[in-house]
Amino acid sequence: MRSLRPSLLVFALAIVVGLIGPASAGQFGAETFTLTNGLQVVVVQNHRSPVVTQMVWYKVGAADEPVGTSGIAHFLEHLMFRGTKETPPGAFSRIVSQNGGRDNAFTTSDYTAYFQNVASDRLELMMKLEAERMVGLQLTDAVVTPERQVIIEERRSRIDNNPSSLLSEQVDTAIYLHHPYRIPVIGWEHEMQKLSTQDAQTFYTKWYAPNNAVLIVVGDVTLETVRQFAEKYYGPIPSRPVPERHRISEPPKVASVRLELKSPRAGSASWTRYWLAPSYNSGDKRTAYALQVLSNALGGGATSRLYKALVVEKGLALNAGSFYSANSVDVTTFGFYATPKPGVAIPDLESAIEVEVKKLLKDGLTAEEVDRGKKRMQSAAIYSRDSLSGPARIIGEGLATGRSLDEIEAWPDRIGAVTVEEVNAAAKLVIKENISVTGVLLPEPTS
Amino acid sequence: MRPVKRGNVIALAFLALVLHLPVSAKAAVSIERVVSPGGIEAWLVEDHTLPMVSLNAAFQGGASLDPEGKVGLAAMVAGLLDEGAGPLDSQAYQGRLEDLASSVSFGASEDSFSVVLKSLTANVPQTFDLLRLSLSEPRFDQEPVTRVRGELLNNLSRQAQEPRYLASRTFWRTAYGSHPYARPSQGRTATVNAITVEDLRRFTRDRLGRDVLLIGVVGDITPEALKPLLDKTFGGLPAKAAPGVVADTPAVTDGATLLVKKPIPQSVVTFGEPGILRSDPDWYAALLVSTVLGGSSLTSRLALEIREKRGLAYGVNVGMAPLKHSGVILGSVATANARIAQSIDIIRQEWRRMRDDGPTEEELQDTKRYLTGSFPLSLDSTGSVASLLVLIQQDKLGIDYLEKRSALINGVTLDEAKRVARRLFDPDKLTFVVVGSPDELPNAREVTPGG
Repeated sequence: MRSLRPSLLVFALAIVVGLIGPASAGQFGAETFTLTNGLQVVVVQNHRSPVVTQMVWYKVGAADEPVGTSGIAHFLEHLMFRGTKETPPGAFSRIVSQNGGRDNAFTTSDYTAYFQNVASDRLELMMKLEAERMVGLQLTDAVVTPERQVIIEERRSRIDNNPSSLLSEQVDTAIYLHHPYRIPVIGWEHEMQKLSTQDAQTFYTKWYAPNNAVLIVVGDVTLETVRQFAEKYYGPIPSRPVPERHRISEPPKVASVRLELKSPRAGSASWTRYWLAPSYNSGDKRTAYALQVLSNALGGGATSRLYKALVVEKGLALNAGSFYSANSVDVTTFGFYATPKPGVAIPDLESAIEVEVKKLLKDGLTAEEVDRGKKRMQSAAIYSRDSLSGPARIIGEGLATGRSLDEIEAWPDRIGAVTVEEVNAAAKLVIKENISVTGVLLPEPTS
Repeated sequence: MRPVKRGNVIALAFLALVLHLPVSAKAAVSIERVVSPGGIEAWLVEDHTLPMVSLNAAFQGGASLDPEGKVGLAAMVAGLLDEGAGPLDSQAYQGRLEDLASSVSFGASEDSFSVVLKSLTANVPQTFDLLRLSLSEPRFDQEPVTRVRGELLNNLSRQAQEPRYLASRTFWRTAYGSHPYARPSQGRTATVNAITVEDLRRFTRDRLGRDVLLIGVVGDITPEALKPLLDKTFGGLPAKAAPGVVADTPAVTDGATLLVKKPIPQSVVTFGEPGILRSDPDWYAALLVSTVLGGSSLTSRLALEIREKRGLAYGVNVGMAPLKHSGVILGSVATANARIAQSIDIIRQEWRRMRDDGPTEEELQDTKRYLTGSFPLSLDSTGSVASLLVLIQQDKLGIDYLEKRSALINGVTLDEAKRVARRLFDPDKLTFVVVGSPDELPNAREVTPGG
C-alpha cells in the first residue's frame, strides 16, 4: 500500500528523483556552454512533444540572508514577479499565461529558481522576459506592501496552521546550533513583518547576476537555438562581482536534544531522529554516495530494514523509513522517521529503532543488501528522464549546490562504485548513538 | 512530522486545483485503439524515446458504490492489492517490484478504482504479471490487512485535524445530503473497522469486471506486443462487474456561511455551488468563465483582487469537479482570522460580477490561448499521457478528442460565455465552509466538522 505511506514530502520527492540520476554513461545527455558574462547554460534535448522548460537557478537562498532579515530570499522570489523596467507588475505571469504557458518559482536554503513551461515556439519570448528580470527589477512600496501580506499568509498556511511544520521548524534550530540552515526559509514572522523594499532591492543587487546563475532549457530545442537566444537576451547583461557564500560553520554537537510538541491539532503521532551528515559539497563525495545506498537499504521502501522490522515484523509502527539529502551546499542531515501505531508508546518504538541501529553499527549491511540496493537505484534511474522538469530540477539543484555537470551525469556509475565497506563506514561516521536530535509530535486529546 | 525538513522548498504559487486537464489540438500525440484477441481494448500511444512503459487503468464505479456501513472498502482494497498475491506474500511481492524497478499501485476515488503501473521495457512481462496476480489472486493475509487498516484509521484521525480536509469534507457532506458523494471515500473509523476479509474478496469478484475496465498504455511497446499482454493480464477477470447504480444528483447549496471552530491563526475556506456535468454542451464555456474567475493563482480575477491587490491570501482557486453523477464548482482560500470576512465578501462580489457581466472579450481570448496552449505541457511524461487516455475514455470524449479540443474551446463566443456565466454563477447559492477562529463572520452558522 505505497500510496498511503506519507514518507515523502513534495521536497522529498524532488530529492528522491535527484538521487535517481540518469541511467547509462549517456545519462541526461546534457550539453553546456558558458556565456562571456559567466552565465552557465545547460541544454537537454527531448523532442517527444513540442514543449520546453526554461529554468533559471540563482546560487543564493535563505542561508545567505543578512541576520535579522529572515525570509528575504523567498520574499524577493515573490517580488521578481512584481515588475521590471519593461514589464509592469503582474504582467509577467499574464504574458506567460496568454502564451499558453505556466510559470512558478521556488526557494530553499541554498538556491532560488524560476521556471516557465511553454510551447517550444514561445521559448524566445520566455528568455527575453526572464533575462529582463535578471537585471531590471523595479520595486515600489505599492507592490511590496500587499506582497508582504501574501508571504505572511503563506507562512500561516504552511507553518502556523500545521503542528508538524511548527515542530519541524523548532527542530531545525536544534539540528543546526549555529549554521543558518537553522532559520526557516519562509522566515520568522516578526522579521518578515519588517522586510522592506530596500531589503529586497539590496539582496537582489548583491546576488542576482549572470555569473551567479545557471540557465537550464529542457525539451524540444537544439543547442544552437538556445545559444542564439541566450546570447541575444542574457548575453548583454554585464557580470558583476558577487560575494562568496560565507556561511558560518557548525560547532560539534555534544549533547542530545529532544523536542516534543503535544498538540490537540495533531491528528497522529510521529517520531523523527536526525544526525548531521556530509553532503556532496561539504564532505567526501564518496561518503555522500555511500549514504544514499545506506538510506535506501535501511529505509527506502517496503522491504527496507526499518520498515520490515518495525512495521511488518514487530507491528509497532504504521510507517518507518530513513532520509538523506546529498544536495546541499553545507552540512546536511541523515535520519530515521516512524509513525507509531496508535497505542504504542514512543519509548517502545524508540527502543526498537535503537536495536536496529545497534545491529547496523555492529554488523553493518551485508554485501548482498548493498548490491541489491545499488542495482535497484541504478535501474530506476531511467525514470528520471520521463518528464521535462525532472532533468531540469536534478541538474539545476546539483549545479546550484556546488556539483559539476559531469558529476551529476555520472550518478549511476558513482552509485555502482559504492562498496559495502564504504556504506558501513559512512553509517559509523554519521550515526552517533548517544548524540542526536529527536522530534516527537503527539496528539493531545481535547477536553 | 515529515522527515526532510531543512531546505523546505516553498513555491511562489499555490498549485491550482487542477480539476480537469485542459487539452489541445497541438498535442503531438497519436492514439491508437488496440483490441486483443480476447476482446480487451486499450488505447495506446507508442513512444520509444525511453525504454519504459506506463499503464493506467480504471474500473468505473469507485467508492460511491461502497455499501453503506462499509465506506472505505474501495480504498482498503486499493491499499491491499499490492500487499501480496498468488504465491507471493507482501514482502515477496514488494521485493519483486523493487528488484524489477517497477511500480504497481492502486487507488480509489468516488467514481473509479484505478491502477497505475510503470516498468522498464525489459521487465514489462514480469510487471504485467504482478498486476495480473494482484487483480486476480490477491491474498489479503492477516498481517497486511491489519496493518493497512491501521494506516487508513491513522490517516482518518490525521485528516480530522487538517483544516483544509475538514473544510472540504464539511462542504461535501452539506452539498450531497444522503447521496454517496456526501461520504468520505476513505471511510469513517467505524466503517473501516467493519470491513472484513470477505468484503475485500467480494469487492474484487464484483467490481473488477472487464466491462467497466478502461486502459491507457504509453511508451516503448508496440500494439503487437501489447495485445497478448492484455489478454494475459486482464483476461482472467470476470466479464461483467456486478450491477451497481449511483443516481445522478445535483449539489444542493443555499448560500450559507458555515463555521467549524478550530484554534488556528488562519481560517481555511472551501466554497462552492452546483456546477454542470462534463457531458453538458456548455462545459467548454463553463471551463472558460470559471478559469477567468479563479483558474490561476496568479492571473485570475480572484487572484488579482485577493492576492495581488490586498495580500489577503497566498492562494485562491476555483475549478469544476468533473464527477460522473453531479456537477459542482468549488474553490478554496485561506486568510488570517482577522481578515477572512473580507476575502469572503470579495469572492461573493466577484461571483456576482461574473454572473451579471460575464468575462470581457479580452479575458475570454486570453483564457482560450491559455487553455489551448498549455495542454501539451501536461503531456510531458508517459504517466501523464496514460492517465489522460483513461480520462478521455471515462468521459466519452472520443479518440479524436485531442484534435478537436482546441476548436471546442475556441468556438465559444462571448455571448455564449456570458450566457453560461449567468447559468453557472449564483452568488446567493454560493456556500462557504470556514474552518478556524474568524474574528467576525456575519450570519455564520456553527456546525460540527467532517462526517
